[in-house]
This record gives sequence, structure tokens and C-alpha cells, in this order.
Amino acid sequence: MKKAVESSGTGKKFGATQALKDISFVVNEGEIFGFIGPDGAGKTTLFRIITTLLLPDEGEMKVLGLDCRSGYKELRKNIGYMPGRFSLYQDLSVEENLHFYATVFGTTVEENYDLISGIYSHIEPFKKRLAGRLSGGMKQKLALSCALIHKPALLVLDEPTTGVDAVSRSEFWEMLKKLKPYNITIIVSTPYMDEAMKCDRVALIQDGQILSVDQPEKVRDGFSRKLFSVKAPEKYKLITALRSYPGISTAYPFGDAVHVTFKDDDFDDALYDYLDRMGITDVKITGTRAGIEDRFLELMGSKV
Amino acid sequence: MKRFLGFVKKEFLHIFRDVRTMIILFGIPAVQILLFGFVVSTDLKNARVAFLDLSGDEMTQKISDKICSSGFFRRGENLLNSNDIDRVLRGNKIKAVIVYEKDFGRKLISEGRAAVSIIADGSEPNMATLTTNYLTAIIADFNRELAGRSAAKTLLVQPEVRMFYNPSLKGQFMFVPGVITLIMILICALMTSITITREKEFGTMEVLLVSPLKPLQIILGKVLPYFLLSFVDVIMILLLSWFVFGLPIKGSLLLLLAESMLYIFMSLSLGILISTAAKNMQQAIFISLVGMLLPAVLLSGFIFPIENMPKIYGWVSAVLPPRYFITIIKNIMIKGTGFLYVWKETLILMIFTLVFIGLSMKNFKIRLQ
Amino acid sequence: MTNNTVISVRNLVKKFGSFTANDNLDFEVYQGEIFGFLGANGAGKTTALRILSGLSEPTLGEITVAGYDARKQPEQIKKNIGYMCQKFSLYGDLTVKENIMLYGGIYGMKKKLIRERTGSLLKRLRFEEYGDRLIADLPLGLKQKLAFLVAVLHEPKIVFLDEPTGGVDPVTRRQFWEMIYETAAGGITVFVTTHYMDEAEYCDRVSIMSEGKIVALDTPAELKKQYQVKTVEEVFIKIARPGKKPG
Repeated sequence: MKKAVESSGTGKKFGATQALKDISFVVNEGEIFGFIGPDGAGKTTLFRIITTLLLPDEGEMKVLGLDCRSGYKELRKNIGYMPGRFSLYQDLSVEENLHFYATVFGTTVEENYDLISGIYSHIEPFKKRLAGRLSGGMKQKLALSCALIHKPALLVLDEPTTGVDAVSRSEFWEMLKKLKPYNITIIVSTPYMDEAMKCDRVALIQDGQILSVDQPEKVRDGFSRKLFSVKAPEKYKLITALRSYPGISTAYPFGDAVHVTFKDDDFDDALYDYLDRMGITDVKITGTRAGIEDRFLELMGSKV
Repeated sequence: MKRFLGFVKKEFLHIFRDVRTMIILFGIPAVQILLFGFVVSTDLKNARVAFLDLSGDEMTQKISDKICSSGFFRRGENLLNSNDIDRVLRGNKIKAVIVYEKDFGRKLISEGRAAVSIIADGSEPNMATLTTNYLTAIIADFNRELAGRSAAKTLLVQPEVRMFYNPSLKGQFMFVPGVITLIMILICALMTSITITREKEFGTMEVLLVSPLKPLQIILGKVLPYFLLSFVDVIMILLLSWFVFGLPIKGSLLLLLAESMLYIFMSLSLGILISTAAKNMQQAIFISLVGMLLPAVLLSGFIFPIENMPKIYGWVSAVLPPRYFITIIKNIMIKGTGFLYVWKETLILMIFTLVFIGLSMKNFKIRLQ
Repeated sequence: MTNNTVISVRNLVKKFGSFTANDNLDFEVYQGEIFGFLGANGAGKTTALRILSGLSEPTLGEITVAGYDARKQPEQIKKNIGYMCQKFSLYGDLTVKENIMLYGGIYGMKKKLIRERTGSLLKRLRFEEYGDRLIADLPLGLKQKLAFLVAVLHEPKIVFLDEPTGGVDPVTRRQFWEMIYETAAGGITVFVTTHYMDEAEYCDRVSIMSEGKIVALDTPAELKKQYQVKTVEEVFIKIARPGKKPG
């Protein structure tokens, strides 16, 4: 399989802050590759290096077979980039934005219309509207259309789903899936762990370092312990009680449940009695499969 | 090239779509010219003039009556001796003093000529210009009447104009050159720096950088529309001052336009330089307004004559490009001098331009910081 | 959680010209409850939130917040609620303590009381040593947590949170929710608006708005059961946008 991006030992410093440290990963051609991590983890910095907007201080970064330092001119023709804030001209209409980006990249809307039609058709009824007047979801679709208009080999999307409602987000991921036949490599970042499942492979990133790179299912399987979900109506009492129980290793709230691991890994029956004594009623405990976020927490914990 | 034109088209869309930009581009220059102009012209109604009549004959009475019945002037004090001139002018109510020489009427008849002095308060240059222009015109009219009546001999009343407090009258029609100079700095430096930093702020600059557009194309694309519009502005200001106030251009129009282009180009490169230094629109506005516009207003000689400034301000003013342009444009428009008289200033403006472009090129990154 | 109503909304209608932003909303929120307020972009959440926090007047309806009438006593309401949004909650160029002082002062708290609560607040976050640091120098997670504690410093009856944990790391997020649980357990109602459905899973009850109406209101577990799906996100996608078929 051909490699779209190859990074080995990439590092970047801003003054005294180490924004990226020893970043190594490979993105294969045609896959949807996700960088999952909180704000400040270094996702944007990394993306700017990939898109030739920043130079790395250390390491080697090859994008589409070219060095990110020397090959920037050639690369800039073949990358579609959607920065964190949707890069649209608010005072231009939908249509004008699209045509502008097409001209800048030396193409026309007509030439690559088939590629964006699936996305653009959602907003085409509003093509005369100014971009500044669109809803978050529509802006996102327009920005994606603009980034795709020159049929790039590599599409880089920096937090495309931040601030957009759940319906638009799920539509957005559907659209990315529909680009598969065009063999466009897609690199996408998100602070939301649940979105990892939509990628072919993901890299978990925290504090400028990559914690793990794998297929999302395998990342979940990487969770090394047995995980249990504990539910009870009074959550705060439940968490405090679980934390005070000596046999418990970790206890983190997860939605309506608390995910716990035990020091000797296996379930400890005495926990029921303990919680009962603490006055917590209606307790339900079940074994559960770890999610990406559980694994992320485990990896963060092992680093400290 | 197609890319570049697409980019320029986009810039024009930005400009024409934003009412505020349009107002700054065309509204403000027009309003400023009209405002400055009318502040000057509307004030000349019933301006008080004092008379020092050393002759006191029928002829001087006639002239005085003609002045005071014109509607522009009102009779103020009648002075008794020349020591009073300073006093009444300082009193601020009297805009000008008219002095008839001794034996005015007799001289006029016997020698065919007599002298009248118009002494105006030069601390209000525009007012003074207007006052003296009107007074001279009235006296000229009087001359014509005299000539018409006794065709045999040409009798001439010779008005002699003197300014108190600002003898060379630095402010004479200064508002037109001044407004052109300021507006150009405002539009070129401020607007270009805003439009470039706006792209940074909205994140569109990132995408432009990642595109195959070259940095030079981005900058030229940003600047070209403003270059054209600024030039339209200069022409608009000149036309307005010509039609509304009858301000003539004494020197070569071609030279004036060429110098204006140079100045516009200089201001644009300054705008680009500001945008490379400013992180966001706020900073760009701050640097342009406080750093450029304010000193340009105060120190370029637009309002306060440079000669009258404390030395240190004079030095500061020496590094302000507007100062040189004001000199150039004033020379061409008002004094009617040619290129030989302004080549030094022109050269200085060119050097400024080159320095700004050089610094901008050095600062403008093909990447982000 | 008790059955004391702290927010009562009856037939709330808000119109902007001919556009109806809130169409007959009807719901109650109880003391100590964590209430999730969800909806697509433009569904009318912000409008409703403004009315509840006394910033905007309803066109129709009876709205009582913290015991005060939203139409007649907006100032009283403002005194009895706290508010935190993801951005701009704290001043970056002031220190932690200065920020706390400022907010305490805004809510008319006595200096002595502010000082006492500042101490316990910093201890609770385990960052006593950060008291004199500038907000701008703090890591994001810490800022978020601090912003929340400042919002409840004056012990309001209700605290409104606007996408409180957007972009923070998973550990901080957990600590944040534990703080919310603790606050709710202490009797303060927590009213959360968010785009992120996993955040909704933490709430006691959630409401989902669509086109100005509340189309669902129940516990996350009930909603999931009712729509036979595994997550609140799926519920949301099913009902938040009429005319859109799932899948």
C-alpha cells in the first residue's frame, strides 16, 4: 500500500513549549486517519506541518512522497485544507466562495463537480446566500466543498465537527465515507473520542505525544484490564463510595454509569455489600467493553 | 494569471459589498473636502473689517462704503493710528484692517495710483486668504469703475496685502493637499493592512498559503484594487475642489497625478508592512491610526507649520512620508512649480517605498510563525 | 434531587417578527437536577436560555426561575443564577484570586465571605499555589474547572453551563463532571446546553428541541429505551431534524 504521510520523530518547539515530541506515524493512501486528543494536544501544529504551513524542528515528514520542507510548492497544489475555523469569506456568497477557491487552485467548479456534488447539493439551494449567514452545519459543508474543489490527493481537516450539532456531524462523517471511491486520503482531527470509531485508523494524541496508533476497534481491545459499569441513581454518592473502596483501582464517571477497574482485575463481590452499607440503593453492575475514551484514560494514566 | 484575476475579483467583491468600506473610500474624502471647503467659505458673511484712514477723503469713503455694502464685510472700528492694528487683530473680532495711505484721493487723481494695505489675521490662514481675496476683488472692481468713468487716464488703486502672524500664509488652500495626503494614508495603509489581517483572523490566509498562489500574487491581488480606487479618489478630490471651490491646479496635472501614484504606492507598501507586523485587525487599525494617521495630521505640516514646531517634532516629522507629499503637492498645485523643485521630495518618497517593500518582503512568510 | 421546582416554564412563546423561535415550551426543572438542554443549531436553545436567565423577555407564557417571574423580576433572577460558557468566562490578564474577587464583588458578596470561599475553592481544586497566577498561564482544563467554581461562588440556585467541557482531555472532563455531580448533590440545579451527546448521557434528564419545540424530554435511559437505540446521539439524530431520515 502506498503511503500518503510518513512522519518519523517529528518535533516542534514554540519558545520553551514543546508542542510536538517525537511524532511518528504512517497514513496509508485512501484511508480516513483520525487524530484524537484534547485542545492543546498539538493536533493543529501537526496539521500545519503536514500542510507545509510550519516547519518541523526535528524529524522527517514526508507528505505524498515529498519532503515537507523542500517540496512545499508541489505539495500546496495537492493538499486540500480546512483549518479549525471554517475558512470562508463571510461577505461572499456560497457560490462565490466556491468559485473563488476553484480559481485559486487553477480549476473550475464544473470540472470537479462530481466529486463535491454529494456535499454541495445540500447547500446549493442557498447558493446566493452570504456564507456568514449560513448555519454551522452548512458552513461546514461549504468549507469541505471548497477544500475538495481541486480534487486534492490529501484532504486535511482540522476539527471539522467542533461547534456543529449532532445531526450535521453525523452527516459530515457520512460524506467523508462517500469520498472513498475517489481514493483521497483524509486526515481529520477531533477532540471527541466517540468520533474515533468513524475513522479507519486513529492516533491518540496528548501533550504533543502520540499515545497509540491503530484501528479504533484494536485501540479499544488494547485496554488491558477488565472493565465494569456501575450504575445507581445517586451518582455523586456512588462515585465517592467507589473511590473509597479499597479494592478499586480506577473509577471514572461515563455518562449515566461509572466505569471501574479492580486492583486484582476480577470483580469483587464484596462491593455490593459495601455500597449497600454506604446507603446506595438500586445498584447495577455489569461487565462492559472499554471504549476509546477508557483506553485513552488508561494510556494517560500510564504516562503519569 | 487566471488565479490572480480571480483573486482581484474577490477583493473587489469584498470592497463593493461592504458599505463601511465604500464610505471610507468615497464618502469620507468627499465629506472632508466639502467640510473643509465650506468651513472656509460660509464664514465670510459680515466679517468685520477695521479701517485706518490716513487720508479721510471722498475717495477712501467710497471704497470703504463699497466694501461694507458688499455683504461680505461689516464696518468695525475706525482706527486712528497704526499702533491699534495689532490690538484689534488680537481682539479676534476684526478679520482684517484696511489702511489707506496719506493723501490717497489726491495721489489717485494726480499720480494715477494710490496704495491701500490689507492687513489680515494670518493665524487663521483660510479665513485670511478668503478675506484678502474678496477685498482685493472689491478693490479691483472699484478700479474698473474708476477706469470706466474717466477713460482718459487709468486710475489705479493698488492693494497691498500683508499678513500678520503667519507672513507666508502656510495654510493657503492647504486643506486640499492636506486632505489628499491624509485620505491616501488612511485608505492605503489602513485599508490594506485591515484587509490582509482580516484574512489572518478568519483563517482564510491559512488556506491561501496552502494554495498554489504565490505570496507576491496574494499581496498584489490585495493591493491592486486599492491602488485603482485610491487613484479614483485623488481624481475625485481634485474635481470636487475644482468645481465646488474653484481651486486651480497651477502646475502640471500630469506631474501631480504621477506623484500621487507614487504616494499611493508608498502608502500601500506601508499598509502591507503594517499587516505583516500586526497579528489581527485591531492591531492593524491601532498601528495605522495612532502610529500613522495621527502623526501625519499633527506633524506633517497639514495643520501646524513645521517651521513653528519645536525642533524635536521637526525631526520626527522628517521620517513621516506625508510631510514630503504635502510639500510636493502644494508646490505643484498652488505654486505651480515643476519637477525640478520637487525632485528631492520625490526621491525621498521613492526611498520610503523601497524600504517598506523590502521590509514587507522580508516579513511576509510563506509559512505561519 | 428533590421535587422542588426551580424552573417552571408554562406555554413559553418567543417571536421575532413573524418568526417563532420558541413555540409553546412547557417544562419544569427540579432542585439539584442536572438538566440537559439539547437541540440542533438554530432550534431555539439560545433564545430560551436568554429568557430563563432574565436577558430577554418572553412574548407569551409564565416563566418562574428561582422563584422569580422572568418577565417582572429579571434582576432578581440574575442574582440567583450562575453562568458559565466555554469562552470568555474569566479574564486572562487577571490572576486567579483577582478573578474570584471580581465575580464575588459583582454578585455583591462581602469581602470576608469571598476570601473564605476562595480558600475552600482553591483547596477543592488542589491548586492553592496557583492563586496568584494569571489565568492566561493556566492549562485549559484548570481554567474550565475554575470557571465553573467561580460561576457557583455565590451559591446560586441554578447554574447555566454552555458546552462546558468542549475540547478538554478525558481526565479533566471526568473531574469536571464529578464537580457538577457534587454541586447538584449540594442542591444547586445544573442546566447544561451542549452539542455533544455523550455529555448528555451524564444528565439526569434531557430535553431535545427542534424548530422551536421540545420534541422529547426524559431521562437518557428512558429515551434510549423508547427509541430503541444505544446512545442519546442516535435519539437526537432520529428526532432533532424533522424531514431527515436516519441512515
